[in-house]
Amino acid sequence: MNKHLFNVGHTACAGCGQSLAARLVIDASGPNTIVVNNTGCLEVFSTKYPESAWEVPWIHSLFENAAAVASGVEAALKYLGKKDGINVIAQGGDGGTADIGLQALSGMLERGHDILYVCYDNEAYMNTGAQRSGLTPFSSNTSTSPIGTQSIGNIRPKKPMPEIVLAHGIPYVATASVGFVQDLQRKVKKAHSIKGPKYIQIHVPCPLGWRHESARTIEIGKLAVETGLYPLIEYEFGKLLAVRQIQPKPVEEYLKAQGRFKHLLNNPDAIKQIQDIADSNILKYNLKAQPSQTSSSRQANE
Amino acid sequence: MKEFIEGSFAVAEIVKLCKPGVISAYPITPQTHIVEELAQMVSDGKLNAQFVNVESEHSAASVVLGAVAAGVRAYTATSSQGLFYMAEVVFNIAGLRLPLVLTCANRAISAPINIWNDQQDSVSLRDAGWIQLYAEDVQEAVDLHLIGYRISEDKSMMLPVMVCMDGFILTHGIETVDIPTQEQVDKFLPAYRPLYKLDPQDPITIGPLVDPDAYMETRFAIQKTLDEALGLIPKVTAEFSKVFGRNYNGLIEEYRVKDAERVIVAMGSVCGTVKEVVDELRAKGKKVGLLKVTSYRPFPAQVIYEALKNTPKVAVLDRALSLGSYAPLAVEIKAAFFGKKKKPEVISSFVVGLGGRDITKDSIKEVLRLLTAKEKSCEFIDLKPELLKESYE
Amino acid sequence: MFGPLTVKPGSSKNNKTGSWRVELRPKFLQKNCIGCKMCILICPEACIEGEEKNSYICDYSYCKGCGNCALICPKKDILMIKEESSD
Repeated sequence: MNKHLFNVGHTACAGCGQSLAARLVIDASGPNTIVVNNTGCLEVFSTKYPESAWEVPWIHSLFENAAAVASGVEAALKYLGKKDGINVIAQGGDGGTADIGLQALSGMLERGHDILYVCYDNEAYMNTGAQRSGLTPFSSNTSTSPIGTQSIGNIRPKKPMPEIVLAHGIPYVATASVGFVQDLQRKVKKAHSIKGPKYIQIHVPCPLGWRHESARTIEIGKLAVETGLYPLIEYEFGKLLAVRQIQPKPVEEYLKAQGRFKHLLNNPDAIKQIQDIADSNILKYNLKAQPSQTSSSRQANE
Repeated sequence: MKEFIEGSFAVAEIVKLCKPGVISAYPITPQTHIVEELAQMVSDGKLNAQFVNVESEHSAASVVLGAVAAGVRAYTATSSQGLFYMAEVVFNIAGLRLPLVLTCANRAISAPINIWNDQQDSVSLRDAGWIQLYAEDVQEAVDLHLIGYRISEDKSMMLPVMVCMDGFILTHGIETVDIPTQEQVDKFLPAYRPLYKLDPQDPITIGPLVDPDAYMETRFAIQKTLDEALGLIPKVTAEFSKVFGRNYNGLIEEYRVKDAERVIVAMGSVCGTVKEVVDELRAKGKKVGLLKVTSYRPFPAQVIYEALKNTPKVAVLDRALSLGSYAPLAVEIKAAFFGKKKKPEVISSFVVGLGGRDITKDSIKEVLRLLTAKEKSCEFIDLKPELLKESYE
Repeated sequence: MFGPLTVKPGSSKNNKTGSWRVELRPKFLQKNCIGCKMCILICPEACIEGEEKNSYICDYSYCKGCGNCALICPKKDILMIKEESSD
């Protein structure tokens, strides 16, 4: 068996984006890593007594305090003079990060701990039955923002977590996706090479909660990025370092692949609103890939 | 070395001598002087520790949880609302069997907001699986912190200890205190040796999901351990007295109880006032006594039974209340005698000093006056009826 | 006294999630493989192994049959076939 730091036998759903991302993160981080995990799908499916999928030291305390517990672990390592050479990761879902865990995360960032925080964004409280979170996108059908005669689902946009985190002035902020696994691992490695608080938000499709075929996890992850709905960006020391350039696809391609957006397919107004979100992302981060400019083509345009 | 020192600073001194590697706390009156003093010690290089200024009590408790899980001794302090805010972490720490000492500067609970002393905060968390020790004076508060670390980190225990000291009365009161030397503390308190810890050299998974097939045993284990603590605490305090010359039983203190016809049972600083009244009345030939409860958890039912089984009348003072039911300490005192042949004729329950209402010698004498053959339940002392009305206008 | 508290690393290996498959399982043709290793990288179970091209195969005692590997293979060298088929 390949030497992975997140082993087989965990009880995630078939095709779970988060289980894939979790393994990619810890493999990229290496064995000298301590992981602090919030309550959520990942914690539940990877550590049901008496089994654990983790090959590194790992602790779970509560739903909202991974960032604070990790702060304590990091402080202990600093006290012991052992922090250099040991990575500390605090991780959780979008609920545990952007909602109930926002306070602890903000405190950890403000205090400048040398910790990488990873948010696995499957856009709802999936572990408890797909309820709406602060990172649930506009018009998503969740169990607490269900579609009905009076509603098209969640009416609020995603809380801009990368921007909120960036505003704390931390040295590294990035978004990633399981649609682009090598990029994800590169970002994790990059983050660990920087001292101070780091934040990576990973888009992880959820076949059960998003209602898509389990085989299309990677494909749907790619589509979110390629429509401009989930920009892949990278900030270092407050400056936008890089974005993943795309040839934008229409948002409909992404929406029709998932049951949670099925109700929109005969609602052109809602689709237009979502396309606007995508377009504003594309504009804001300059995501649209330009055709290569050779001297001959430039002359042709003049 | 004897110092005339404010309670908070004395606690900071003993905590410093216990050498925690991580300190994390959120300010709340009346705990503030303790952590401010520790911060100053760290700033001056007198204490080598990571001082983590967190954004809430929930995070303060989480930080010390993480530090202890990583193998480093830690410390925190709080009161009242702060204790309640960190309540789920408090349960979590005990459930994970992590040793810790937390100072609770006892303070009343909101609403209404009140910063003065009573014991509603720590008493409300009596179910959490922590050892709870109540100090009568500053010297005892200091000593209980050292004893607390020793018991907490004992291989058979691995349970956190809450040292409860009455807010303002003990935290801001100034007393003559004998602060141990570093050599004495090092002799009494060995370095922290964790059962397990987060270490890449020896990976382990802490805090798994435990389903109905295995959860009950974790609770049974803590219950059994707290039962064993009833045996360990007196052993540790006996050793303490050899090193430091101060005698504690650790579970209770019997003050002139032997032949007493009336005994008051109480926890915390009020015991000092009761002792004065006891001495005053004894001088007049009245046979009264005090049973001080030091260890509220584990609850020393057996030694309390032995101490009071022949006492005709017992008055239990509670500085907390289980609203809608009985006063908490009184209930447990009564339970110690249930089904027994020998027991007091009367065990009356009194509620005193909530929200910092002063408990004077007259208050204690009033309790003794009300301790008659007719048993009282939740009798409020020094209540002001003029502040009560039947309907809200 | 102590009850269930911690868990040894990697003990999840004891849970053979391959028993979850009911519909489909991946068949590694090992014919047109170019050795890109994308299948290894994206398997959520991390149960695909192999070193050189045309050598990749999954551990069927853990494979849940999600089908991501078949979709990602640039050479369509992995097919999802019926679980019952003898092939």
